[in-house]
Amino acid sequence: MTTEAGSETEVKEKAEESAAETDQSEKASEGAQEVTDAEGEDKEKEKEKDGKEGKGIARYLPTWLKKQKSQSQTSPTKEEPPKEESNSKDTQEEDGPVPEVNGHAEEVEEKEAVKSDEVKEQEAESHSTASADTEPAKEEKVQESAEKSPEETVVTEEGEGVEEEKKEQEGEGEKEGEEGGEEGHTSIFQSPLRLVRKSKMKLVVCRVTLLDGTDFTCEVEKRAKGQFLFFKVCEHLNLMEKDYFGLSYIDSHEQKVWLDPTKEIKRQIRSNNWQFSFNVKFYPPDPSLLTEDITRYLLCLQLREDVASGRLPCSFVTHALLGSYTLQAEVGDYEPDQPRPLDNVGQLTFAPNQNREMEEKIVELHKSHRGMTPAQADVQFLENAKKLSMYGVDLHHAKDSEGVDIMLGVCANGLLVYKDRLRINRFAWPKILKISYKRNNFYIKIRPGETEQFESTVGFKLQNHRSAKRLWKVCVENHSFFRLNAPEPPTKARFLTLGSKFRYSGRTQAQSRVASSLIDRPAPCFERTSSKRISRSLDGAPMIRITEATSENGGDPHLELHSDSKVMEVDLSPGDAEATPTQSLEASEPAPSQSPNRVHGDNIYVRHSNLMLEDHDKTQDEVLKHQASISQLKRSFMEAPPPSPPQPNQWEKRLTSSPAPTIRIQQQQQVESAPQAEDAPVAENEISDTKEPAKTAEVEIEETVVVQEVSIAPKPGLVTVTSPQEVTVEKEVVVTVETKEAKQESVSSESESEEEAEYQPNVSVSICHTQILEEEEEEEEEEEKKGVSVPDAPSLPAEVEEEPEQKNNAEEEIQAKSNDDPITTQATNGHSLPEDSAVAPEEEEEEEEEEQEEQLKMNGVASVVEAEPRLQVICCSEPPVVKTEMVTISDTFAAQKTEIATKEVPIVHTETKTITYEAAQLDGNGDGEPGVLMTAQTITSESLCTTTTTHITKTLKGGLSETRIEKRIVITGDCDIDHDQALAQAIKEAKEQHPDMSVTRVVVHKETELAEEED
Amino acid sequence: MANMCPYGRFTHAVVRGIPESFGKAGGDSRKNGETSVDLAKAQRQFGCLTGALRQKVGLQLIEIPSDPELPESWRIEDVAVIQGDTALITRPFKQQRRSEAEAVRKVVSELNLTVVEMGAEEGDSGGATLEGSDVLFTGREFFVGISSHTNHRGAEVLADTFRDFAVSTVPVCGGARLRNICSMGGPNTIIISNSDGAKKTLRMMEQLTDHHYEVLTVPEDSAANCIYIKGPSKHDFLLHRPAEECPDSASAFQKLQDYTLLPTACSEASKLGASLSSLCLLINRKHTYF
Repeated sequence: MTTEAGSETEVKEKAEESAAETDQSEKASEGAQEVTDAEGEDKEKEKEKDGKEGKGIARYLPTWLKKQKSQSQTSPTKEEPPKEESNSKDTQEEDGPVPEVNGHAEEVEEKEAVKSDEVKEQEAESHSTASADTEPAKEEKVQESAEKSPEETVVTEEGEGVEEEKKEQEGEGEKEGEEGGEEGHTSIFQSPLRLVRKSKMKLVVCRVTLLDGTDFTCEVEKRAKGQFLFFKVCEHLNLMEKDYFGLSYIDSHEQKVWLDPTKEIKRQIRSNNWQFSFNVKFYPPDPSLLTEDITRYLLCLQLREDVASGRLPCSFVTHALLGSYTLQAEVGDYEPDQPRPLDNVGQLTFAPNQNREMEEKIVELHKSHRGMTPAQADVQFLENAKKLSMYGVDLHHAKDSEGVDIMLGVCANGLLVYKDRLRINRFAWPKILKISYKRNNFYIKIRPGETEQFESTVGFKLQNHRSAKRLWKVCVENHSFFRLNAPEPPTKARFLTLGSKFRYSGRTQAQSRVASSLIDRPAPCFERTSSKRISRSLDGAPMIRITEATSENGGDPHLELHSDSKVMEVDLSPGDAEATPTQSLEASEPAPSQSPNRVHGDNIYVRHSNLMLEDHDKTQDEVLKHQASISQLKRSFMEAPPPSPPQPNQWEKRLTSSPAPTIRIQQQQQVESAPQAEDAPVAENEISDTKEPAKTAEVEIEETVVVQEVSIAPKPGLVTVTSPQEVTVEKEVVVTVETKEAKQESVSSESESEEEAEYQPNVSVSICHTQILEEEEEEEEEEEKKGVSVPDAPSLPAEVEEEPEQKNNAEEEIQAKSNDDPITTQATNGHSLPEDSAVAPEEEEEEEEEEQEEQLKMNGVASVVEAEPRLQVICCSEPPVVKTEMVTISDTFAAQKTEIATKEVPIVHTETKTITYEAAQLDGNGDGEPGVLMTAQTITSESLCTTTTTHITKTLKGGLSETRIEKRIVITGDCDIDHDQALAQAIKEAKEQHPDMSVTRVVVHKETELAEEED
Repeated sequence: MANMCPYGRFTHAVVRGIPESFGKAGGDSRKNGETSVDLAKAQRQFGCLTGALRQKVGLQLIEIPSDPELPESWRIEDVAVIQGDTALITRPFKQQRRSEAEAVRKVVSELNLTVVEMGAEEGDSGGATLEGSDVLFTGREFFVGISSHTNHRGAEVLADTFRDFAVSTVPVCGGARLRNICSMGGPNTIIISNSDGAKKTLRMMEQLTDHHYEVLTVPEDSAANCIYIKGPSKHDFLLHRPAEECPDSASAFQKLQDYTLLPTACSEASKLGASLSSLCLLINRKHTYF
């Protein structure tokens, strides 16, 4: 048994590795003999392994099948030891390399070694923690190892050599691992810090599509910020006036999104696909003011693409004229003796509806440009392009207040409103007082006109809150760039003024101009790649190869479709030099103007369809397999009962547009397959969680922080007001509420996380004071209120019902919780400790806290085991659809939070997390006495909209009156804000406001919209 | 962009003679009933206008013979919107006016303009209507007055035709036409009437534009319609209504520096709701690509 499970894990790994390898090898085989060797070597090793373990066939089985098997075969307890061993093997793997790397030092580049090391280390770390023998932890292990290979694939993509080396190490590590796992085990325990530090150096390959259509590949640290990559690209391009440019990526909704330079790339892209494109972000209104030709050249490239794709509409004549300048810049003077000049032209794409007539016109105009240098031609191109009415206008689909489809265009001058092609309104930046969004609404507050007395607010409806946020961000950035002299610093998170802290962080146009005026270098030579391509493509189109290879390299199945189409398109026009970059760009990056249409109604499935979307380190393939396993289970289940409404196919596609059925399926499936399938996804997600720090904290987080201040007037800080019973009840209530909420979340797309932010452009002077006001989220608030004020017993059963579908210990906990006895609760919570300890360290990593802090937490975990006063009690409950977590931490203040990796059930993106921090119960004084309610007052601060303060004054036994203040703080925001910090700040301020009171409980209810990465 | 040059450069003017059926348009009950028009006077005024365009300003004048079957064919501005080398043949609100386009189409084709058919594009079901007198081209952008004769759909077709330019729609109040209340008075100058409706339209225009225009306000509606041409000699010409027709506005035109002011009477046409610019289509066949 032991060996079997272990070997399975191994085999899985291998299988996946080799699968990944196949991709690699295709590319590799093109020239590198060594690689083939390496592969052979690998295969040999694999065979060896297989032979040893007698599991040769297993290699060829799909991963999910194996997974399932292992899970169904072995009972959780039985699986324990094998896991342990596999774990130790892995551990060995990573432990082994340490000496080994040194041993190989000559052959192996240190960096690479470290890298490959890290992969293992990271996972080894989780294994080591997992060894605290809890089921979830164990499951983690399985998944971990499964997940490992894709991650490696990403890493290995960069070069065959690396791969080879890694494989080598791995093989050896594995072998060694089989021999002696114990050592590895221990060593990891010894140095968690080291591991963490090392893992920071992990490198990832980024592929950036440049404006000329070529790909630039570079390595960045996995945790690198957007800026780093951007600078690398600029460096590669030899570009100094870089402020007009930016990197974009296609998000999970096929939307083009700008990479925030100040934030980690990984947190933003949320996928395995480190594919970006370099684009003009701010179109300079007067390109002639740019200092360098290279900048203008790049701008030209962008505009050529914009024009050719139809994003920048222009008339026939303008198409022809711009085309003629392009021709002049790329091929030089018109050659009258060229036999068929049109052939040349025909290869280039100038317009979406290019025809013979246009090409003739282009040639005709080209003749008139004789003698113009490429740079001059670029200038002329830009002089004409800049006057186009849609130049630099970033369009967003929206609806006006009457539901009429309109387009909102953001540009240097302000916000334009279009209906079809007609401009129906325009709000210049100086006229705009405030830009804000809330949910899918986008608002602008307009300065009153001369005749008007009051400022007015205009609202637009975007397709979903993401689009609203995207629009808002674009507005903030454009305003800052074009209207300010200097970017304003991001606002500090203040109490009650939380929300998106997002601000434009780069240089403004004014600053950029100053900076460019200081550029003191000879005009850099740069290659006009398109023209270079012309010659190349005429030679016999080797570039097609290149494109193919590139797409092959993608290694990301996700991309494959795109790359396929890319190749096809290239094939269609083999000689088409200019078309190639354009088309391939289009293929991989849908024009923003089109995509909004596609995303229509997105918000529905986005939220509810699942997606493993968590699993960044997994290849899409794997994820699909996993999905398949689930759907198979589901199917097998669904064959038994009368046909249920939802269609399996739909479900599989994860495109279910109606959330409710999805949920039902999910529930059923879970009920049915509780011991088997359920474990897998859960664990998987858990791991992915831990592996991908960014995810949970990522973009769309809606956080509700409930700070409950309880204090007793006469003896502040001495008497604990919160009676245990009360606590329990409240706890339950919270959980219940969450469940409800969760349900709501998943059932109605309405309850999409209501993110909002405001931005107040103060244009008058140079620097804008922008203020973010946070608005209350009424819904959320209400629910919360309901939860706390009305101990909602009836809703408990609902929760309990769901329990069976949950993982075993989660179940336990909930059941325990449903007891009104606090002691039981505590006890159960105690039970769940190991789990906590298993999860916590990873979670910490996930939270990307400082290493030291991590260490601290490790200690914390230890102390938990020792049952020190600083007890961390954590219990996790899991409704089937949404992860709901309840964490109760006694005697722990905000400063010392522990976040728990939430277990994910694939299907829903919403993550609801509740953490209760509770002051130690000093003595039994307050216990058991509900007291008499004297006053209760609820103040909701509307303006800043985050806090609900409830004063409850009760008379207690001894005639003492006790005033409890419950503060409900809603922190809404996205990845832009540091929620922990915000929370800590909020608590601190709350404490400051009521110095004579003590904080007895902090309930953190965290709701995260998880990465939605479908498609 | 290719088509972008300061407003006012024209080389040709297309006009159509006043037919004998002048003022007898069946549908035009608004003014026809009460006001009697003087055909001879109208023709004299037409002659003055064409004379000024040809001799004073120096444009090539193309006169399409009048057609008594088409009583409103002299309002040639309505049937086409010409910018650069593209002519959009419009779809006038009144069914019976749509055949007026034929002769104009022929002329613009002969001038090698790219002819875009609004009707053809739309079919009859499209319901798009657009008349040139609701279109103000400023050299940088189009304003389309949404009036009794021009609808949004028509404006969209125009926007689709002249893609280089921003096309903004503005409301036109009181049954007027956009060009009744405003016109270009220079490359960068909009002449607009002082009426409340016009002010409202102007406010909208100011809100919608990315550019800054000088505004010359005239007290009378009728004075707001002028014809500005930068002649071949690079001289600024302004054809405007004479003092006897718009006594209050005469002084306003004096503010225009270094202009050659050409008072041109248009009393008879204006009785039918038309104005100076209604009588001609201005074309620039000398393209200076940037």
